[in-house]
Amino acid sequence: MNFKKTILSALATLFLVSPVLAELVFPSLSYRTGAYGPNGIPFADGYEDYFTLMNERDGGIGGEKVRVVKCETAYNTEKGVECYESTKGEGALLYQPLSTGITYQLIPKASADNIPVLSSGYGRTSAKNGKIFKWIFNFPGTYWDAASIATKHAMDMSDGSLDGKKIALVYHNSGYGKEPIRTLEVLSKKHNFELMLLPVDHPGQEQKSQWLQIRRERPDYIFMWGWGVMNSVAIQEAANIRFPMENFIGVWWSGSENDVTPAGDAAHGYKSLAMHAPGDDFPVYDDMRKYVIDKGLGAGDGSNVGTVLYSRGMYAAILAVEGAKSAQKIHGVSKITPSMMRDGLEALEITEEKLASIGLPGFAPTFKASCENHGGTGSAAIQQWDAKKGTWSFITDYMTSDQSVIQPLIDADSSQFASENNITERCN
Amino acid sequence: MSADFLYTIEVIINGLMAGVLYSLVALGFVLIFKASGIFNYAQGVMALFAALTLVGLQEGRVPFAHLINAMFGTKIHHFDWSLPALLAIILTVLIMILFAILVEKLILKHLVNQEPIILFMATIGLAYFMEGFGDLMWGSDVKTLNVGIPQGGSFWFEDFTIGWAAEGEKFYGMYVDLLDVWAAIIAISLVLVLTIFSQYTKSGRALRAVADDHQAALSVGISLRVIWVLVWSISGFVALVAGMMWGAKSGVQFSLSLIALKALPVLMLGGFTSIPGAIVGGLIIGAGEKLFEFFMGPLIGGATENWFAYVLALLFLVFRPQGLFGEKIIERV
Repeated sequence: MNFKKTILSALATLFLVSPVLAELVFPSLSYRTGAYGPNGIPFADGYEDYFTLMNERDGGIGGEKVRVVKCETAYNTEKGVECYESTKGEGALLYQPLSTGITYQLIPKASADNIPVLSSGYGRTSAKNGKIFKWIFNFPGTYWDAASIATKHAMDMSDGSLDGKKIALVYHNSGYGKEPIRTLEVLSKKHNFELMLLPVDHPGQEQKSQWLQIRRERPDYIFMWGWGVMNSVAIQEAANIRFPMENFIGVWWSGSENDVTPAGDAAHGYKSLAMHAPGDDFPVYDDMRKYVIDKGLGAGDGSNVGTVLYSRGMYAAILAVEGAKSAQKIHGVSKITPSMMRDGLEALEITEEKLASIGLPGFAPTFKASCENHGGTGSAAIQQWDAKKGTWSFITDYMTSDQSVIQPLIDADSSQFASENNITERCN
Repeated sequence: MSADFLYTIEVIINGLMAGVLYSLVALGFVLIFKASGIFNYAQGVMALFAALTLVGLQEGRVPFAHLINAMFGTKIHHFDWSLPALLAIILTVLIMILFAILVEKLILKHLVNQEPIILFMATIGLAYFMEGFGDLMWGSDVKTLNVGIPQGGSFWFEDFTIGWAAEGEKFYGMYVDLLDVWAAIIAISLVLVLTIFSQYTKSGRALRAVADDHQAALSVGISLRVIWVLVWSISGFVALVAGMMWGAKSGVQFSLSLIALKALPVLMLGGFTSIPGAIVGGLIIGAGEKLFEFFMGPLIGGATENWFAYVLALLFLVFRPQGLFGEKIIERV
């Protein structure tokens, strides 16, 4: 009897004490398998390694250790939703689904469960409207910002006018790839250019028809919304038909080393949008190697450190960490809830000073989120691939999108969502 | 000639070339199905594994480097050497033969006389195992494959055809990708070699005997196990060729295994048991899907190729359920 009592009291003590041992839980909905695994792996490594760096170097966030809960989505929407359902009970503070399809599915679910979702540079563009999408964030930029900035760059290359020009959009035939079409259609009317739409089915291994059409119709510029093997095949096909690479501009998901290296020298001069700087010439990478990689604590073997997609994953984690710090500051507690995390994200401000203190001076655009604006300033730079050096380099400063076109589209789309879902506007 | 007519010819030529690439994948399926009645689900993954091994050997990558580094804290990735393409191809062929022997010893031997569905399930397991094994062995990063095959549009063909259009027409010459031309030459050579092998060699005749009736073949002393190793080895070689051609286009990465999806309509159309069927089926699917995309794509939003290939195959199946060149199934009661 005494033994039973001892066991029961030990279990009860453990149960009661466990909240004291609580951690900040960040699920990692990653994909290390499947057709998009080669891109998912460096992203997931960067995401997970930054949280490990926080634990190892800083003792966590505000003194609370971070626990990353991993779940494999294989870039599959159904699996992504399963991951959400199976991990939300662990005390998840924030979801970053790394898939537009999964993000669309999680918007109503996470909103009902009061858990914030951050889709940095992907997902539903109109979620930028914080008045309607209370729990969803998409800073520092959206696909509509990207479409506008790519158009701006093309305009700069055409001496300020796209009048009578032809732009082809080669896109992944999915929710992700279709996202910029609406903006480009409005921009084509505003700037009087012709828009050609060329969908490519998953996974994009075979694109001969699309590139024969491009060769016949000779567009002045090509924009690409691709992912995975679609990007490398498109760049190779563009080189094959001798399309001028400097007029070929991919979105930020079509601008990693994985996309250009298979084409070799032929990819020289290819451009893409960038939501952060390329390369590993930043102090944070020294810390990453010292505290994480060299100690054998990295999610991968460290060979991805400094690549575009590793940095993208790390940047996603940085936004989560800074959001958590902001929440801790607002509420005066270290152990935050998902609801507090949301408040932190809504009050998040990324300044030059903050980036420098993280060890990433000039790495990404500055922005300030607010109740109304969950998408930041919508800035991106243009980077260009140097095949001889094997490096990406910025060729422009961060540019802002044409809000006179984008804001009305966001208002219209989010209002429609609000009326369909009986959501009352906030922030008034 | 009008530019539209010439562009139609260009689309047909490129469709036929793409069809040859589909045929290369379909050929591997046909060889194994013909000799053993197994629909080898792992054929696409075999192409991926062969291409991964080829790049790995060529670049002097250390196999299982990630595993070794994780276990022992080392930082090894590459040896100090790299191999010329030809030597790397020969070594890869040897590895694919070793793979065939292991498949026979570890899987097929234990499943003799089982239902075809059991064998099919075994190849599904094999595909998933190979997928992970390939990743573990060579890493999952995107690899550049360069075996010296020329790539890019042919200037000569463009210049040769540019004057064919009537004056004033917007025509820029016809486009053919040199890689596709080489793929066609290699595929035709491969079919010729396979035909000569199966018609005029002892092993080839044994292979055909097993394909016709494996029990009768066994009764005259032909070893089923040897034939299986032989056919899986040849299929491994075909997978290597397909992996090389597709890998040169897109880099060697996981999605290479999905090229098997392109072979399915070819098999449905050409029949699962005919080598010429795989070739003709590939050509019909390639040209058919490209023509449909050219004429109908702009009207219905494009991206029609993936589904149209299956529609085309199904249309043929309505009239010839065994495929164009498949053996007619006669069931006697």
